[in-house]
Amino acid sequence: ISAVEDLTVAGDNARRLGSFAGLTESVLAAACSRVGQKVLHLDRRNYYAGNWASFTFNSLLSWIQEYKAQQEMPSTESDQAWVGKIEEGEDMLPLSSVDSSIINLEVFSYASEESEDEEVVTPSVANSFPKDSEAANEEPSGSSVEPQHSDSPGDRTQGAAEPPKQETEPSEACKNRQMPETQQSNQSEESDKQEQPITRPAEAPIELNKRITYAKLLKEGRRFNIDLVSKLLYSRGSLVDLLIKSNVSRYAEFKNVNRILICRDGRVKQVPCSRADVFGSKQLNVVEKRMLMKFLTFCLDFEQHPEEFQGFSEKPFWEFLKSQKLTENLQHFVLHSISMADQEILTEEGLKATQHFLQCLGRYGNTPFLFPLYGLGEIPQCFCRMCAVFGGIYCLRHSVQCLVVDKESGKCKAVIDTHGQRISCNHFVVEDSYIREEQRTKTSHRQISRAVVITDRSVLSYESDQQISLVTVPPLEFSSPAVRAVELSSSSMTCMPGTYLVHLTCPASGSAREDLAPVISNLFHVPNSSGEEPMQGTEKPLALWVMYFNMRDTSGLDSSCYSLPSNVHVCTGPDASLGCDYSIKLAESMFNQLLPDEEFCPPAPNPEDIIYDGDGAPGEGASFEETNHAERSGPEGEGQPQENGQPSSESSEPAESTDSVAPETNTESKVQISPTEE
Amino acid sequence: MHGRVKVKSTAQQEEEKRKEREKKLKVYLSARDAVFSKKSNGVLDEEALQLTQQLLSSNPDFATLWNFRREILLHLETVKEEEEMQKLYELELLFTESCLKVNPKSYGSWHHRGWVSSRLPRPDWPRELSLCDRCLSVDERNFHCWDYRRFVVKASGVPVSQELRFTDRLIGSNFSNYSSWHYRSTLLPLLQPGTPSPCRKPAHVSPTASPQTHGHRVCEEQLLKEYELVQNAFFTDPNDQSAWFYYRWLLGRAEREEMISCVYVSREGERVTVAFSKLVNAPAEGLVLVLDGQPQQVEWRSVHPLFRHSPVWLCELPPGSISDINNEHNLTVHWTEKHTHRDCALYTGRLESWCRDSATDQELFRSELSIEKTSVLQSELQSCGQLLELEPQNKWCLLTTILLMRALDPLGHERETLAHFQTLKEVDPMRSSYYSDLCSKFMIENTILKMEYAEVRVFSLSDKNLSTLCHLDQLLLVTHINLSSNQLLKLPPQFAMLHCLKVLEADNNAIENLEGLYQLPKLEDVSLRNNHISKLSTLEPLVSCPKLIRLDLRGNPITKTANIQAELAQLLPSVTDLLI
Repeated sequence: ISAVEDLTVAGDNARRLGSFAGLTESVLAAACSRVGQKVLHLDRRNYYAGNWASFTFNSLLSWIQEYKAQQEMPSTESDQAWVGKIEEGEDMLPLSSVDSSIINLEVFSYASEESEDEEVVTPSVANSFPKDSEAANEEPSGSSVEPQHSDSPGDRTQGAAEPPKQETEPSEACKNRQMPETQQSNQSEESDKQEQPITRPAEAPIELNKRITYAKLLKEGRRFNIDLVSKLLYSRGSLVDLLIKSNVSRYAEFKNVNRILICRDGRVKQVPCSRADVFGSKQLNVVEKRMLMKFLTFCLDFEQHPEEFQGFSEKPFWEFLKSQKLTENLQHFVLHSISMADQEILTEEGLKATQHFLQCLGRYGNTPFLFPLYGLGEIPQCFCRMCAVFGGIYCLRHSVQCLVVDKESGKCKAVIDTHGQRISCNHFVVEDSYIREEQRTKTSHRQISRAVVITDRSVLSYESDQQISLVTVPPLEFSSPAVRAVELSSSSMTCMPGTYLVHLTCPASGSAREDLAPVISNLFHVPNSSGEEPMQGTEKPLALWVMYFNMRDTSGLDSSCYSLPSNVHVCTGPDASLGCDYSIKLAESMFNQLLPDEEFCPPAPNPEDIIYDGDGAPGEGASFEETNHAERSGPEGEGQPQENGQPSSESSEPAESTDSVAPETNTESKVQISPTEE
Repeated sequence: MHGRVKVKSTAQQEEEKRKEREKKLKVYLSARDAVFSKKSNGVLDEEALQLTQQLLSSNPDFATLWNFRREILLHLETVKEEEEMQKLYELELLFTESCLKVNPKSYGSWHHRGWVSSRLPRPDWPRELSLCDRCLSVDERNFHCWDYRRFVVKASGVPVSQELRFTDRLIGSNFSNYSSWHYRSTLLPLLQPGTPSPCRKPAHVSPTASPQTHGHRVCEEQLLKEYELVQNAFFTDPNDQSAWFYYRWLLGRAEREEMISCVYVSREGERVTVAFSKLVNAPAEGLVLVLDGQPQQVEWRSVHPLFRHSPVWLCELPPGSISDINNEHNLTVHWTEKHTHRDCALYTGRLESWCRDSATDQELFRSELSIEKTSVLQSELQSCGQLLELEPQNKWCLLTTILLMRALDPLGHERETLAHFQTLKEVDPMRSSYYSDLCSKFMIENTILKMEYAEVRVFSLSDKNLSTLCHLDQLLLVTHINLSSNQLLKLPPQFAMLHCLKVLEADNNAIENLEGLYQLPKLEDVSLRNNHISKLSTLEPLVSCPKLIRLDLRGNPITKTANIQAELAQLLPSVTDLLI
């Protein structure tokens, strides 16, 4: 749904458009824009981040409706618009207008409801979609174009079409942005306060006694940020490194994943993975503790001890684990939750995975993972903001119909958008889903099975109800893949207080429902009908709402799988793995291909070091400043240490200042990635 | 290039920063001068409060300003209502908090905070506790904060159990934290008021000790929990010493009861020798010697002029008081300060007599570890053994195993103990001398036990790699000692406690110092073959041993000295049997 256009030479007829797209595209766009390239980012969708998007509950329902509508009535291709734009010696290469990357979408609602049918959204809610979407994404939408302003989309398109307007574009975008943001700030502060873990105890008992109805989910829908892609950030992974290196980290906040859980024999247990976990674990005896620590210590520098695994280089990792005097319990932990290896993985690879996991421990917390507040969809938007700050332009609901290919050079010289506008370019970056079958030499048949479950409690209740957990569900059969679940509490700002949002992911072998329904009924209590009373004494969380879908996994494809002009670059979609490394590495390698002599995402300068032009026109730098300001007044600013770090003498509430003694580092705190963490 | 953001150059930034700093300094200096002039003029107004605040917020380590601030506040207390002061002090707390953000280890800020908290009409202690928790979550080893926290806990009367849970939490998040473990060790004894703490529990001397009450049992239960906790820590990371140190504390070093452990009386020289359970300065302890019901005026002296404090003291009775072998005498030494005493009867026809608690009676060496139920120690030894199987090279585990073995049965485990010491020296060569000394100590203890079981006065410890001598106060009654073929470098001054010693064999060592052979009234025979004695002056202490008649110096460098025979004859005229 996204197309990034990359203009290495700023010709007079060069245009820039903009839109939010997947992670790879956003990173690439930010990197190009950062080194002075003109970037136009187009997206046929009306929301950001493509398949990496986060939705509020209500906007997700709208998205589902749109999806169903599209399924029923495939849009007819109107090839007329470009006719006449093609000149002598040029060829036309049409792009697909239908996104088929998501299939098998199914939704089930089990929350009790008085009058409404499941899956059916009241019209009023559906209509309010763009606004809700904005509310959820308020902060990162910073330098973007607001789709809900009645005139916005058209405006933007025009602006993009007219070169003289280019320079004022960003500032205008900023002005547009500011209005909704200030309007929302009160509202969101309020909601933020309610979500503060500190005030929750008072609220919690009421929440517990009251069953969550479907109406309640709709009413509180804007508190949800439901990601289509579920991933975590390895604290020493390439995404975190990039966020630090590029200073993009300033646009986002993170929470540590608190627990690594494993589901074994139908019971959920905590996996002790850090030293403190092992020490505190009640399920391991002291000898097991020693054996586990000994093994993990060995994994940290296993390369130094090749003799230990020599005989196993051709054997699977699990066989090596068996040989290591580890009890069955420990083998299970290491294999599924620490190395997160599947059954076939070879010993050295398994050791490497374990090592990576361990190296990520302790950087920000007791698990190797971070999760972005407000959902993973924040991350592409952070890079989009970076891109916009350096002059990139974004357009939503604005798609490219076809490419204009120069017959002589075989290169793509321009694109024609759905309005029939011709926009020239030097490079064209496009998401896989835009490519028609005719241009594919090889089709990926891999799919990812996904499920999203809203539940009423955690799969493993513990002291705090604000945990973020990674749950591994090892396969029942030897050959099938493990299912990975990420359970988010309301402290991650992705669901309403009193609920948990669980993302399940695995490589597909059938439809998402076939793959994941057994796991869901294993982990949760799934009622037979909506509103059914849960069984007495059941310990399992109640599934309130379940969505299944399959997402195409194009990560195995490379340029040889497409027959396209050499300056058209295809971004493959998210892969099935837990980390984001695949997409980041792809962006970096594409960047190096586009601009071999430029640095990939050098640190963005501090706002105070930017020189503003004398003519008083707020340049890109101004948007930086405003961005920062917006961050302060935005809801996230509330909990930020530096915010509370204001001279406390100004504060009249002692309790508040007590909270502000120092940057929080407890498990409930947010994490701000910065270079100093190194 | 077009479209790029223009960024200031480093030089530009530097220049701007420099100017900024200059400006700051100017403001700072003028504020400082203003404060100082107010201070010298005794102006204690709110403006001064403002100014000091301004200065301290940029430099919270300016002690004079904190003091001035307190002066002002004390003055304001005299002119303002309590309500106003409450507000003022609350602002003060907020202010110190902001200073602590600048420097979380600022002595001045923490002290001021403590001062303010103690002046505050209505202190909010929970808030202070949560401040400490926050601070410790950032830096769990901030000792300023630990100190302040203890102050708050004391002032607000936080229950011990709650504090124990607090340490649970800290240890749970990172057990390599001495502060938390140590705090725990101060809390446990308080957990059950009146319960003897593991470290203070006196050694159980008599089996008829007063029946230990309910409280003791609870304490032991808690101890078992502690053992479990600390075992989790050292099994998780056996190389982390904080847990091992805590474990050593748990196993506990019992303090010996203060008592007179031995009284020895000899008709010859009419001398009384007294051994105490600890080092004392006898003349200052209010000792009273009663002979046949008559308090005696005696002068106590230590065994060696080097010692002002010593476990062994002696005195001479007035001439003629016990010299007649046909008389029976009853002697009592009172240690008035400690309300203890020891009797000793000198019977007719006996030249000497003594009364003592033997090392075995006192379970002296066993009590290096406090006496818990043997079964508990036994299971501790088992888990250490388990860990040792997994980590045969771990020095902490080896050492703890040795200590446990000694606590349980020092003689029974002697062979294993020696083997473990050998491993220790190999895995930790940096501390091999320490291990040698410790091993020597244990060997001496074992030999003392064996000697006492055999009821002899002969102490023989040859060829055991002794590197040092200790427990010499326990050898007060020994008449024959054999220390040959060890690695001794000297006979230390403490050796002078062996007041009954007649024969000393210390061949084949590396002795080059004989300080301890001082005023040994019965010493007759000294054999020092193959040692490192090279100077005549080394032998000088022997001059004070009146009965010395045989001296063997063969194989020492000194024998190479010219004219040595004559010089020795002159130095030690009593020696008739000189072997060189």
